[in-house]
Amino acid sequence: MVISTEHLTYTYSPGTPFEKVAVNDVSLTIGSGEMVGVIGHTGSGKSTLIQHLNGLLKPTSGRILLDGRDIWGEGMKIRDVRFNVGLVFQYPEYQLFEETVYKDIAFGPRNMGLDDKEIDKRVHEAAEFAGLSPELLDKSPFELSGGQKRRAAIAGVIAMEPKILILDEPAAGLDPRGRNRILNQIREYHAFTGNTVLLVSHSMEDVANFADKILVMSNAKVFAYDTVENVFARSEELRQIGLSVPQVTNVFHRLVADGLDVPKNVYTVGYAKKKLLGILQGGEDSE
Amino acid sequence: MIRDITIGQYFPGHSPVHRMDPRMKLILTIFYIVVLFFVSNPFGFIPAIFFLVCSYRIARIPVKMIAKSIKPILPIIIFTGILNLLFISGESVIFTLGPVHVSWQGIYTSVKMALRLILLIAGTSLMTYTTSPIALTDAIEQLLSPLKVVHFPAHELAMMMSIALRFIPTLVEETDKIMSAQKARGADMESGGLIQRAKSLIPVMIPLFISAFRRAEELALAMECRCYHGGEGRTRMKQLRYTRLDFTALGISILLLVVIIVLNLIPMPFLSWLI
Repeated sequence: MVISTEHLTYTYSPGTPFEKVAVNDVSLTIGSGEMVGVIGHTGSGKSTLIQHLNGLLKPTSGRILLDGRDIWGEGMKIRDVRFNVGLVFQYPEYQLFEETVYKDIAFGPRNMGLDDKEIDKRVHEAAEFAGLSPELLDKSPFELSGGQKRRAAIAGVIAMEPKILILDEPAAGLDPRGRNRILNQIREYHAFTGNTVLLVSHSMEDVANFADKILVMSNAKVFAYDTVENVFARSEELRQIGLSVPQVTNVFHRLVADGLDVPKNVYTVGYAKKKLLGILQGGEDSE
Repeated sequence: MIRDITIGQYFPGHSPVHRMDPRMKLILTIFYIVVLFFVSNPFGFIPAIFFLVCSYRIARIPVKMIAKSIKPILPIIIFTGILNLLFISGESVIFTLGPVHVSWQGIYTSVKMALRLILLIAGTSLMTYTTSPIALTDAIEQLLSPLKVVHFPAHELAMMMSIALRFIPTLVEETDKIMSAQKARGADMESGGLIQRAKSLIPVMIPLFISAFRRAEELALAMECRCYHGGEGRTRMKQLRYTRLDFTALGISILLLVVIIVLNLIPMPFLSWLI
């Protein structure tokens, strides 16, 4: 499923002293099955943008198209849009409310009007994707640990089997192990289902590790929307708008500045290791 | 959107009315209400209205805001007006409809009551327009503090009020967020009958309560960490102090009372058919 925006603009509290343009003339297309990292400052408009993609906010002007159809157009049901575009908010564990984890994950599918058998199947699949062991399903969500709660909440959205999954800072506030676990789970989910995934994050490392493309928001506008290599190649500009590049990319840029013959487009530690080893071994060979 | 709900109607500003001591504003508001009940002839309303309009001008609050503050109690005004109109028995009857007599006295009383209610609301609104809720709770605490002698918990009451006020925007924002999150999972809160709708609020209410409890616990802990132990011996950042401004306002208000009493005492024989 392809989602795109056309001149999307959203203004908070228009006509009052508190008026603020949160998203300004954003046009972009996210292809089917892509894994897109979304980065930007707090207040850069990324949260407002993603809330438009599943119809929680209605644009002040411009359109959002799902497979070419305007989601606010005639004959479109906004709830169906929400089932197709799953949105996991920041700190989603605070929205758990049911008596058991099972029931909470089933909330979305039940709203879709599915039958019990299908719901059961989806709950178990979603729990597996989110890395929740089956015995947790009968527990109260409030008995779980922080990381487990987070995963249960993510499972609640995955269970709707959205064609596009948007996650707002899914790893925020978790310890390193919890972080890696959730991010790996998301990567596996993407690889397995082939669905589009949008990952909002503050961590350049996470985005570099996981995404194929990066969308950079700055001052309510799209600053860059390109492949990971192309975006991080503009590290100077990124720094100017107050963002950074992965630490390892910085290291390589400094190495280039010091006159070493290393590539500039290094943004993961694994790739860096390979490159450096290659150069070191190559150097030995030539001597 | 739920965020647009405004609670308290404070208009920040730097007018003389804004700068007045909140205690004096509270006292004078009560004083004004009492004065309104002293008015006993139609001419008495002229200085009362004049005083109020001048106060609004000084506070630089648009006078049309009065209309906005009266809107919610309009049904009450109309209802009492009609009751007075129909059931005040007077001598100068205009017409009779079965048991109901409409007299000039009835018309006069209903207009008087309506005017009194409008001025009452407009007067108290001026106070909330120009005083932040926090300043108001401070004022209430100070004004009630003499009652501590009889073990009235003035400080605790004020602290509870300010915490409640402080957390309204936070909880509104939180509600908004939870509602969006549940809507994203296909929760339907806009359609269906009354029971259906009440049920659809459960996914919002439960997380909201849990978060309110969590916040309360964190707040209590944070307060204790900063050695909060109640009102005893506590100093405040903003000391309330009466200034010349406050005494001027007090003087003008007393003048208003005097004018109204004098107007009440002047014999007005030409109005005898009305009162």
